[in-house]
Amino acid sequence: MTSSHHLSSSIAIAGVAESDLGRVPDKTALELQAQAAQRALVDAGLTLRDVDGVFAHTDDRFSSLQLSEYLGLKPRHVDSSNVGGMSNIMHVRHAMAAINAGFCEVALITYGSTQLSDGSRNLTGLVEDPRSPRGQFIVPHGQLSPIGYYAMVAQLHMHRYGSTPADLAEIAVAARQWANLNPKAYRRGDLTLDDVMASPVVAAPLRGRDCCLVTDGGGALIVTSAARARTLPKEPVYVKGIAESFSHHYTPLDIDDWLDTHVAETANEAFAMAGVTRGDIDVVQIYDHFTIGVLQSLEELGFCARGEGKDFVKGGRLAPGGAFPINTSGGGLSYGHPGMFGIFLVIEAVRQLRGECGERQIANAQHALCHAPGLVFSANTTMILGTAA
Amino acid sequence: MNTAIRPLPVPTQVTQPFWDAAAQGKLIFQRCGACQQLQSPPRLFCRHCMAEDLQWYTSTGLGSIYTFTVNHRAANPHMADKVPYVVAVVQLDEGVRMMANIVNVPPQAVRIGDRVRVRFLALSDTISLPQFEPLAPT
Repeated sequence: MTSSHHLSSSIAIAGVAESDLGRVPDKTALELQAQAAQRALVDAGLTLRDVDGVFAHTDDRFSSLQLSEYLGLKPRHVDSSNVGGMSNIMHVRHAMAAINAGFCEVALITYGSTQLSDGSRNLTGLVEDPRSPRGQFIVPHGQLSPIGYYAMVAQLHMHRYGSTPADLAEIAVAARQWANLNPKAYRRGDLTLDDVMASPVVAAPLRGRDCCLVTDGGGALIVTSAARARTLPKEPVYVKGIAESFSHHYTPLDIDDWLDTHVAETANEAFAMAGVTRGDIDVVQIYDHFTIGVLQSLEELGFCARGEGKDFVKGGRLAPGGAFPINTSGGGLSYGHPGMFGIFLVIEAVRQLRGECGERQIANAQHALCHAPGLVFSANTTMILGTAA
Repeated sequence: MNTAIRPLPVPTQVTQPFWDAAAQGKLIFQRCGACQQLQSPPRLFCRHCMAEDLQWYTSTGLGSIYTFTVNHRAANPHMADKVPYVVAVVQLDEGVRMMANIVNVPPQAVRIGDRVRVRFLALSDTISLPQFEPLAPT
């Protein structure tokens, strides 16, 4: 296998921003992308005229062209590829390739959704071509998507390792405690383990509070060469390691072990590329679509051994003041989740590395890890960011 | 009465034999004539060796539950009066996995590893959906 280690720290994230978040009924997904783009460019100390690469992701199939038109951009390189919630982190890797190839120098990466105001939720099964593998062999059985798949993962974890709904509830409670330190979080206030376990079962063993929020919102990243980033007002946040793996659509019938979903491979490759170890990571942002997703990722990433996740998360260890703080924004579970959360993991990681997180700041943060899946453990990306090249 | 129609599969030329067999109460999988590998769902050619010499293998219909969930929210209007219902990944004894409902058992009694056998639910003149029920305790 060829190595991409020589690309470590070749690019940096120079600007990050969210759009208006929460319930934003008066703006479209495109407008939220544009608003986030404007704010991220200001954050980076750049203007629209500097952007020559556009990586956009919305429900529109041609989103990079739609955004380019709206912003009056004439990019040399675009990418609208979509593999689910991790797509914008994949765009960072695509931007790394494009910038190093000379296809563009300043990449604008965006996401936007009005999932809450649209009243849509993918929880009740997508419309799907009834001739597709999913349409013939999954949909007729009444599988809830995506929660049904992760409920099956939770069932398997509980059967194999003896984890319990109370263990999963720890993850939801920790997220809420972080959200209580983040003025931008959509869902704030007290949340106890009992509250989580008293919420209605959706797809057993998962309950309502095991699920991420449904909100509106957008985000944007400005990514450029490390050399260009060093000329800008804010300290660069370097992309030190990044790796991906891909397998299936919504028909994961060939995944031999649903608790070994190729995350270890992306993590090991990203760590090797970054030249750092798990012990060097100060900030961890893990896609929390469902509480079980966090438990699964912690084990597969190697932060704890397989089956030890249930003890690893106990007693508030993931919460503010805990031994292993994660998802410091409040995550998809309490900060917000406008359909696809990948870009928001990166925004929070960059802010932590810059020391911009106020009450929820992790002291002396130098390395951050972002991990996200796409669809239903169909794809994986692990990215390691650092304050030094 | 709930009159919503269950989302029905629409067979393609490649998958038609699977659904024809299901309507006859048989569960079949593709087996490669060149490398003998089974594959499911049906495909144009063998994913292992790319041979087009695919034959149909009749499964025993026996397997065990790999994992499952109990849906308390219906995935579509047809399922609204069926909650809670079980959706499982079943591992057939031949090694192939498929998704299907577990029926004829209270949802709270279903466990990973339970032995199950296929049965078919007729949904139309041409479509019967494979489902699984527990093997009687021996």
